[in-house]
Amino acid sequence: MKKNLTPKERMAIERVKMPEQDPQRRIGNFEEVNQGLTEEQAIREAQRCLLCKSRPCIAGCPVRVRIPDFIAALAEGNLPEAARILLADNTLPAVCGRVCPQETQCEQVCVRSAKGAPVAIGYLERFVADWAMAHPDKLPKEQLPEPTGKKIAIVGSGPAGLTMAGELARMGHGVTLFEALHDTGGVLRYGIPEFRLPKRIVDTEVKRLLDLGVEIECNVVVGKTVTLDELRQEFDAIFIGNGAGLPVMLNIDGENLKGVYSANEYLTRVNLMAAWRNDHPTPIIHGKRVAVIGGGNTAMDAVRTSKRLGADRSIIVYRRTEAEMPARIEEMHHAKEEGIEFILLAAPLEILGDENGWVKGLLCQRMQLGEPDASGRRRPVAIEGETFELEVDVVVNAIGTRANPLLTATAPDLKLNKWGNIETDENGATNLPGVYAGGDIVRGGATVILAMGDGKSAAVAIDSFLKQKN
Amino acid sequence: MFEVLQNDTLAPNVHRMVIRAPRIAKARQPGQFVIVHPEADGERIPLTIGDADPQAGTITLFIQAVGASTLKIVSTPVGGSIRDIAGPLGKATDIEQWGRVACVGGGLGTAVLYPLAKALAESGNEVTTIIGGRSKPFIILAEELAAFSTDVLVATEDGSLGQQGFVTNVLQELIDNPDKRPSAVFAIGPVPMMRAVAELTRPYGIKTIVSLNPIMIDGTGMCGGCRVKVGDETKFACVDGPEFDGHLVDFGLLMDRLSMYRDTEAKILEELPKELRDKIIKVKR
Ligand SMILES: Cc1cc2nc3c(=O)[nH]c(=O)nc-3n(C[C@H](O)[C@H](O)[C@H](O)COP(=O)(O)OP(=O)(O)OC[C@H]3O[C@@H](n4cnc5c(N)ncnc54)[C@H](O)[C@@H]3O)c2cc1C
Ligand SMILES: Cc1cc2nc3c(=O)[nH]c(=O)nc-3n(C[C@H](O)[C@H](O)[C@H](O)COP(=O)(O)OP(=O)(O)OC[C@H]3O[C@@H](n4cnc5c(N)ncnc54)[C@H](O)[C@@H]3O)c2cc1C
Ligand code: SF4
Ligand code: SF4
Ligand code: FES
Repeated sequence: MKKNLTPKERMAIERVKMPEQDPQRRIGNFEEVNQGLTEEQAIREAQRCLLCKSRPCIAGCPVRVRIPDFIAALAEGNLPEAARILLADNTLPAVCGRVCPQETQCEQVCVRSAKGAPVAIGYLERFVADWAMAHPDKLPKEQLPEPTGKKIAIVGSGPAGLTMAGELARMGHGVTLFEALHDTGGVLRYGIPEFRLPKRIVDTEVKRLLDLGVEIECNVVVGKTVTLDELRQEFDAIFIGNGAGLPVMLNIDGENLKGVYSANEYLTRVNLMAAWRNDHPTPIIHGKRVAVIGGGNTAMDAVRTSKRLGADRSIIVYRRTEAEMPARIEEMHHAKEEGIEFILLAAPLEILGDENGWVKGLLCQRMQLGEPDASGRRRPVAIEGETFELEVDVVVNAIGTRANPLLTATAPDLKLNKWGNIETDENGATNLPGVYAGGDIVRGGATVILAMGDGKSAAVAIDSFLKQKN
Repeated sequence: MFEVLQNDTLAPNVHRMVIRAPRIAKARQPGQFVIVHPEADGERIPLTIGDADPQAGTITLFIQAVGASTLKIVSTPVGGSIRDIAGPLGKATDIEQWGRVACVGGGLGTAVLYPLAKALAESGNEVTTIIGGRSKPFIILAEELAAFSTDVLVATEDGSLGQQGFVTNVLQELIDNPDKRPSAVFAIGPVPMMRAVAELTRPYGIKTIVSLNPIMIDGTGMCGGCRVKVGDETKFACVDGPEFDGHLVDFGLLMDRLSMYRDTEAKILEELPKELRDKIIKVKR
């Protein structure tokens, strides 16, 4: 293969297509939809990168992955070097390569998107990360610095907490990670389904942390099992990354009927507790006709899960139009391929029940788009008198989550904003000395990569705080 | 892993287990519960913390084997260990100075009631305890409760111990007696029993606290699966409860939601080996 391609030759290459599991087949299993590029495909795609001097793509990435550098190494077939660069900038590349909204981040600002398709940065990131996972022996051995003797407690093992743990351990600090649930990963484990993010990836990342000497204690609910104050006495610094795990309820009639779930419950039963496996004790209602309310990634995950659990009709009910949907384009596209129906400009009015207390339908209000609201999106307004009924037996509420007050309610000195999120400065420092926070508990429901970015920058801040404390 | 130090059978299918869980033992207050997750990928089972010894670092659970997961828990031998226990969860009981209180326990509810009654007595309330059950073998903890109660009154459906009838009959007699009438009632047991107690006390305006047992997952307010209706509001029992004002609880809804997985549960039970299945006697909840 020719190495030094001219820009023209690079421009002539077409963007790679991700090999995917056939839609008809994949709705019958929970295996990954995207199968990953072959080495040949990855190298070919890497050659599309123009190695721009101005490197605009990097600015599009919240953790500033040196995109052209790892892609250049990949284009030369130097995978160990590509992996080294990538892993230095992003501790969870196998996760980000799968779930980052690349189309609105790094790929959106790629110069090649001006004329055609951007470089498939996410696919390449995934390829290199998967290669690195399969070839640990080909990577340089990590050299840990002398232990500093400092102890840091991390609350929550989502992407923010995991990233923080890795960063601090590599600085030589002693790290203990406390997790409320019986397993690690936060939303990566209990929210995002296996068919988008196989759990073995989370397992591998967690194992790497254990190898770095990080201690992980599950089943510790900070605020209940131990308080923030107790942790502050025991540890030199604290990082809070407890996410935004509080479902927003619909507050309509029928919400307590049997067959109505919050997306958190629905996805947790399936992902964390393996309800999708027939040989497992966790029960879940296998709806024949399932309505999922909402238009974000969570809604897409829930509706596609319902299809895999055997629904004949799986329907998204969303009050605006497709253009306003916050879900990733790829997820909507995959959902449509799988036969998911989209009912747009419709808002739930009431969940209807039968005489035994089971869901039998969803009464909806037809909407239209009005003036833009504070977020700049056009506000949905009801079309008076226009309602319709959907016959369904399961309803999943995926309209959103907020900050869970369990921890913060027991830490009255910790400063919150009016939505209950923890207030921090740009380095993640809260108003309490030595207490830092990041991820969804600070931002509200955001993204994996932003949570990781928070973990990364707060780790630097904690390190300098500990040095000053000396 | 949480080591099992003691495992006694109190009544058919009802076990008392003492388990090492130092953090929980230290933090726990009466009225709180834990979530036990006995096996990888299994269910998460809420269980009241019956007692705790912070010095020894142990908690006591009273468990009635009613299905596959509870059976798995009670089958853990002494020296064995339980995979995951998280807690203490839920709000602690509001211990007030009521003067005279009646604590009413039905079936296994008596065990859940025990720590509460003890805390009420320790803070200076005069506690009359009423325990009920199907028949004599199902009456548990009478001696333990007698240690701090003014009276322990027993009602069995078949009359094999104490008075024949229901706990509500006994409670009615207390209410009718001006010298014994309680100013508050704590009722814990099967949902129909709690409902009956709440209906009984309502016309007298006697404050009645019940402890609700909806199906739970995380126990931290994350999933909303434990929602119950109290007055006009939907509450999450795991964080807003589990104790609520019995006069405001929608018991019908609670019972209905508890039956959500009846078919699956029956199927799982059917698939258990016969010798295990036979250990579970059908109990009215
Ligand atoms: C279904 C779903 C799909 C999503 N899809 C995408 C996607 O495709 N791309 C993307 O970028 N983002 C996606 N997101 C958003 C993304 O997952 C979150 O922004 C991200 O996980 C936030 O990370 P975090 O570390 O702040 O918190 P979380 O991932 O929420 O982790 C918090 C952890 O803290 C634990 N915890 C909570 N309270 C306590 C306590 N008191 N004590 C101890 N531990 C506690 C929790 O159990 C949890 O494990 C999705 C979210 C959901 C729900
Ligand atoms: C806050 C709280 C505290 C509790 N404390 C105790 C306790 O101290 N000791 C104890 O033995 N049990 C207690 N329970 C009930 C216990 O959690 C259930 O018995 C258990 O979840 C049943 O699980 P299983 O898989 O063994 O049975 P399943 O197969 O799930 O159910 C078997 C039968 O029990 C019924 N059932 C299922 N879940 C519940 C439930 N949550 N409450 C009542 N009935 C149920 C089912 O409808 C079915 O008829 C408590 C529940 C809550 C919410
Ligand atoms: S981490 Fe996300 S945003 Fe950054 S380069 Fe990778 S895919 Fe793009
Ligand atoms: S902007 Fe696009 S083409 Fe340019 S260096 Fe980045 S990935 Fe390559
Ligand atoms: S058990 Fe999940 S919110 Fe209560």
